[in-house]
Amino acid sequence: MANLQSNFIGIKSPNPFWLASAPPTDKKYNVERAFEAGWGGVVWKTLGAEGPPVVNVNGPRYGAIWGADRRLLGLNNIELITDRPLEVNLQEIKEVKRKWRDRALIISLMVPCDEESWKDILKRIEGTEADGVELNFGCPHGMAERGMGSAVGQVPEYIEMVTRWVKQYSRMPCIVKLTPNITDVRRPAEAAKRGGADAVSLINTINSITSVDLDSFAPEPTIDGKGTHGGYCGPAVKPIALNMVAEIARSEATRGLPISGIGGVTTWRDAAEFMALGAGNVQVCTAAMTYGFKVVQEMISGLSQYMDEKCMTSTADLVGRAVPNVTDWQYLNLNYVTKAVIDQDACIKCGRCYAACEDTSHQAIDMSADRTFTVKEEECVACNLCIDVCPVESCITMRTLDQGELDKRTGRKVGTYANWTTHPNNPAAKAAE
Amino acid sequence: MSNSQFTPGVASGRLSADDYTRNFSDIAPRLEPHEARVAADRCYFCHDAPCMTACPTSIDIPLFIRQIATGTPEAAAKTIFSQNILGGMCARVCPTEQLCEEACVRETAEGKPVEIGRLQRFATDSLMEKGTHPFTRDKATGKTVAVVGAGPAGLSAAHRLAMKGHDVTIYDARPKAGGLNEYGIASYKAPGGFAAAEVGWLLKIGGIRIENGKSLGNGLTLDGLKKQFDAVVLAIGLAGVNALRAEGESLANVVNAVDFIAELRQEPDKAKLKIGRDVVVIGGGMTAVDAAVQSKLLGAENVTIAYRRGREKMSASTDEQDHATGVGVRILHNVAPVRVTGNGAAHEVEFAYTEDGPQGLKLSSETFRLKADQVMKAIGQTLSGQPEGLKLDGAKIAVTGAGRTSVPGVWAAGDCAAGGEDLTVTAVAEGRDAAEDIHASLMG
Ligand SMILES: Cc1cc2nc3c(=O)[nH]c(=O)nc-3n(C[C@H](O)[C@H](O)[C@H](O)COP(=O)(O)OP(=O)(O)OC[C@H]3O[C@@H](n4cnc5c(N)ncnc54)[C@H](O)[C@@H]3O)c2cc1C
Ligand SMILES: Cc1cc2nc3c(=O)[nH]c(=O)nc-3n(C[C@H](O)[C@H](O)[C@H](O)COP(=O)(O)O)c2cc1C
Ligand code: SF4
Ligand code: SF4
Ligand code: SF4
Repeated sequence: MANLQSNFIGIKSPNPFWLASAPPTDKKYNVERAFEAGWGGVVWKTLGAEGPPVVNVNGPRYGAIWGADRRLLGLNNIELITDRPLEVNLQEIKEVKRKWRDRALIISLMVPCDEESWKDILKRIEGTEADGVELNFGCPHGMAERGMGSAVGQVPEYIEMVTRWVKQYSRMPCIVKLTPNITDVRRPAEAAKRGGADAVSLINTINSITSVDLDSFAPEPTIDGKGTHGGYCGPAVKPIALNMVAEIARSEATRGLPISGIGGVTTWRDAAEFMALGAGNVQVCTAAMTYGFKVVQEMISGLSQYMDEKCMTSTADLVGRAVPNVTDWQYLNLNYVTKAVIDQDACIKCGRCYAACEDTSHQAIDMSADRTFTVKEEECVACNLCIDVCPVESCITMRTLDQGELDKRTGRKVGTYANWTTHPNNPAAKAAE
Repeated sequence: MSNSQFTPGVASGRLSADDYTRNFSDIAPRLEPHEARVAADRCYFCHDAPCMTACPTSIDIPLFIRQIATGTPEAAAKTIFSQNILGGMCARVCPTEQLCEEACVRETAEGKPVEIGRLQRFATDSLMEKGTHPFTRDKATGKTVAVVGAGPAGLSAAHRLAMKGHDVTIYDARPKAGGLNEYGIASYKAPGGFAAAEVGWLLKIGGIRIENGKSLGNGLTLDGLKKQFDAVVLAIGLAGVNALRAEGESLANVVNAVDFIAELRQEPDKAKLKIGRDVVVIGGGMTAVDAAVQSKLLGAENVTIAYRRGREKMSASTDEQDHATGVGVRILHNVAPVRVTGNGAAHEVEFAYTEDGPQGLKLSSETFRLKADQVMKAIGQTLSGQPEGLKLDGAKIAVTGAGRTSVPGVWAAGDCAAGGEDLTVTAVAEGRDAAEDIHASLMG
């Protein structure tokens, strides 16, 4: 069994699987059950400032997207930060940390954007013996309207300022949690780094409306006939989160800044992908909310089997392995030519590839009277759509043309590596000549 | 070879080589990886899953299926083996339609359960074919345990004890280990020498020595074992068989079904096995069905199971009965044998109709005769060869808790112990639990 021991900005945990700040980490009862199930760490549900806690709606707070067979693919919520008194949370955090020394326990914070408030809350949490703090600059609903959460996370200057306060008034490691509800995630990451953050974590939830009730004409979840935008998470957001993680990992200004990867991690494989793109560990919310805490056991066994197979002895061997292979579009090899090929023995003659290509792509699949499907190489642009819709795995594959081979579509022979920066159609390339 | 299905009397080589190969090949072959993924995808990952409760060894079924679905069948296998070290054999022989799959919520919803047994086989095969063993032994304890009987119960107990760091010696009367896995289970359920391969794989844990050809009552005594070892496990199964107590029982070709099956299991070339043209099997359980089905597969023309009570009383499951009738076996209910007739060898069986009333079975005066070149008795196995001095509960060794017998330091598990159904998976569970109890009492 591979050793999954994780050390993230000096915070040790028996595995790189943490629960993200959310309902699963709302109180001692949940967190202890999570630790019993095997989770390596938790980020406690976000604490607010002293005083009467926030309130939540008293109707449904989640919306969902399902796949076939009601598999939960995406979850949307309009929940706020903790609605329990600060004192109770602090007491419980202390008790849990005392009892579970080997697990990571991070406190997530969100208080008004002024120095006093931050100074105050940092003092309040000092005695808990927690391993670090995470600054919630991400929550896209409810709190943002009060000038917190993503309202801070969308302004790099605020991020830098608050992070600086935190580093000034606390010795705890500081993780800045980023919102994806921005245009370029590198800017807030750079700001966090300038402010002295030890790491960033991302993504928080994405502003969304999951569905509309077509009888009552209200967004779902519906509260007394009305709905509001909420935060989207779960498997559906993983591609967005992966890209944001990769952008920070490969950007000049933020390279090397530790990243805690969040967003749609559901299996060991998702976790491994985040880590390969530069995340030092991962945080999970929706998968636990969907299946319960036991899912972590499959993540642990799966990741360790994978690491064994790859002869990796520590999670550090995996972190960042795919980063060098993430590049900009303009550097992709335009002389890499492939063509779809259908394996006639495997084909079940469903015709999905034909419909997809004929109606929506390049009319490159031929259908004969006896339902034999073949690719017309002179039309095929190698877009991959037929492969994506074919129900039979590996029935359609891509054949890579050799160098010097004729591409029947363009009538040209396949050449050596060349990208857009030197392409004759690129005005910038011409100007450079 | 000129014999055929119609050759009179008892004869070998009734079928073509192809027929033998087909008849005795794997009845439910391993799922292909894609099939397994699709089957796994149907699992809802139930909380406190009903399937898991129904499994006598409490395998974490949703977890192992999810591990298959996410592409890690080896991790799935480890989940299975941690509860049931003979999970490979159980995947093949468990009557899942009465256990896990009967309880599956998709059985309730659609009448089509998640294929748990076949998924279990997919996972266990994936790991076992790599030849690696997923467990290691704890630090040696210096304690020794004797296990009598190398069937599922004994092997399961031995493995768990060895894992806990104890040194185990297994004694078995037969020349090969495996118990009924090796000598009893229908050959098409676990072909290709699987039983022996599984024993070899299980022993990789280390710390287990098997001595074959040694039996209690024939060289070994319980007192001797108690003196020599820190604890003793009796896992001797049911080595005896019930007698027919009908006239003509001693005629030639009147045999015990279990002996017929044991011989069949040990013969690699099925064409060499002799079988009657007309075979009558007496009984209503799993053994009767297996003997009848395999008689048919060996080329008998007419095979009849004769059971003295109604269909609903048969202990063979509906699936098994359907399987028997599917291969052409006829099942008669409410008939009891009165006598076997023949000149030296069996020729006919005379039956009386029965009525199952409140006062028990009543034979009617109306009788009929069935042609029978071969008569197989499958009317139940019984405890035999158990040491003196053990309290019995009915016809089995009385136990309390996790297999504690009336004699201190002696545990019993599997078919020989009272309680639980006579199934491979139950034997595994009882062996494992006895081992845990022994460990606790030796170390406590
Ligand atoms: C024909 C047949 C088909 C079956 N099919 C199925 C099936 O499909 N599915 C299922 O779940 N169950 C099936 N069963 C039941 C299943 O095989 C048993 O429940 C299971 O094998 C019991 O395990 P055990 O370890 O208790 O006993 P056994 O498997 O009987 O093993 C007992 C061992 O003890 C040895 N032994 C006996 N006496 C002594 C002695 N005095 N000294 C030393 N060693 C001794 C024997 O040689 C044997 O190896 C079947 C049974 C039969 C007879
Ligand atoms: C109901 C709900 C409440 C949440 N509350 C918080 C919160 O209080 N603080 C926070 O930083 N993130 C919160 N989140 C966001 C999660 O921590 C996480 O960033 C997001 O769900 C993406 O991860 P996932 O796809 O694994 O769910 C919440 C998410 C959900 C579903
Ligand atoms: S989608 Fe795949 S299976 Fe269906 S017709 Fe096309 S190639 Fe054949
Ligand atoms: S051991 Fe048998 S009952 Fe248990 S899960 Fe496997 S096949 Fe089902
Ligand atoms: S009952 Fe069926 S669906 Fe539910 S966990 Fe078990 S196998 Fe899966």
